[in-house]
Amino acid sequence: MQMSISEPEEIKINMTAMIDIVFQLLVFFIMTFKVVAMEGDFNIKMPLASESADSLDEELPDLITVRLEAGENGNISSIIVDDSETLREATMFPDLTNIVEERLAAEGNPEQDSETEVEFDIDYNLKYLYTVKAIGAVSGRALPDGKMKTLIKKVKFKDVGN
Amino acid sequence: MRLFKKKSTEILEGDLTPMIDMTFQLIAFFMLLINFSEVDRAEEILLPSSVLAVPPVVRPDYQIILNLEPNGVVVFEGQKNGIDLLNPLLSRQVDAAAREGIRDPADIAVIIRSHEDTPTGVVQELMAKCQESELQSFSLRVKNQK
Repeated sequence: MQMSISEPEEIKINMTAMIDIVFQLLVFFIMTFKVVAMEGDFNIKMPLASESADSLDEELPDLITVRLEAGENGNISSIIVDDSETLREATMFPDLTNIVEERLAAEGNPEQDSETEVEFDIDYNLKYLYTVKAIGAVSGRALPDGKMKTLIKKVKFKDVGN
Repeated sequence: MRLFKKKSTEILEGDLTPMIDMTFQLIAFFMLLINFSEVDRAEEILLPSSVLAVPPVVRPDYQIILNLEPNGVVVFEGQKNGIDLLNPLLSRQVDAAAREGIRDPADIAVIIRSHEDTPTGVVQELMAKCQESELQSFSLRVKNQK
């Protein structure tokens, strides 16, 4: 008996349907893809009024009060630090940073471990944009080498929960 | 004299393997980066920007994201509400956190994403409203300016 071994035929799979669906998936993901801007936080601890009263016996941290006054259309008109220094020029936010930095240095607080607290008293109409700028100004300073120098870690608002 | 060459009738098949490989890699890339959690973000809100804001390193155990429009409307989980009507929603969130083991509302992170033109007084009203539900840990979210 003669056994003949035939050469195996090459099996060809039709890839067209798979490539079609893969391209459709690719188009879907490309169309729905959105580049999301990086976001960051300023953390604010606002203890309840009752808890604040309970903690009166504790030693209070150094406090810097910063008043932000609104002008026309909710734009900022002036910054008053500790009811004494008034900042009005276009450089008011860098000036605020300088004042806070000087205050920390005078109190002998090493910047990275400062317990000093800043309390903001803000006009109702002031645009939130300026509030964030002021919080940024007291929080730290961007150094020329791209690093950040931290100043104030504790921020609170006056008249919230009090 | 022969004018025409006989054309080859064989089907030309290119090797599709590299293209399919690359396409699958592109799909995997987009699948990993796609963000379906748009319900937490309100696209119409233009956040103020700052170089000093700290990008969140660790996600809080429980967070409530409140988007605040300039007219004082709060967008929460895709629904719009006035600040005055937030109490039931916040209480529900506090209860939901308790069911997940976070008994103290102070441990719930409230993330406020406010439009840059919103009056700060409105932001403070929102924080005061949250405090009525014993929430006290707030984060003001801003665009990270690099």
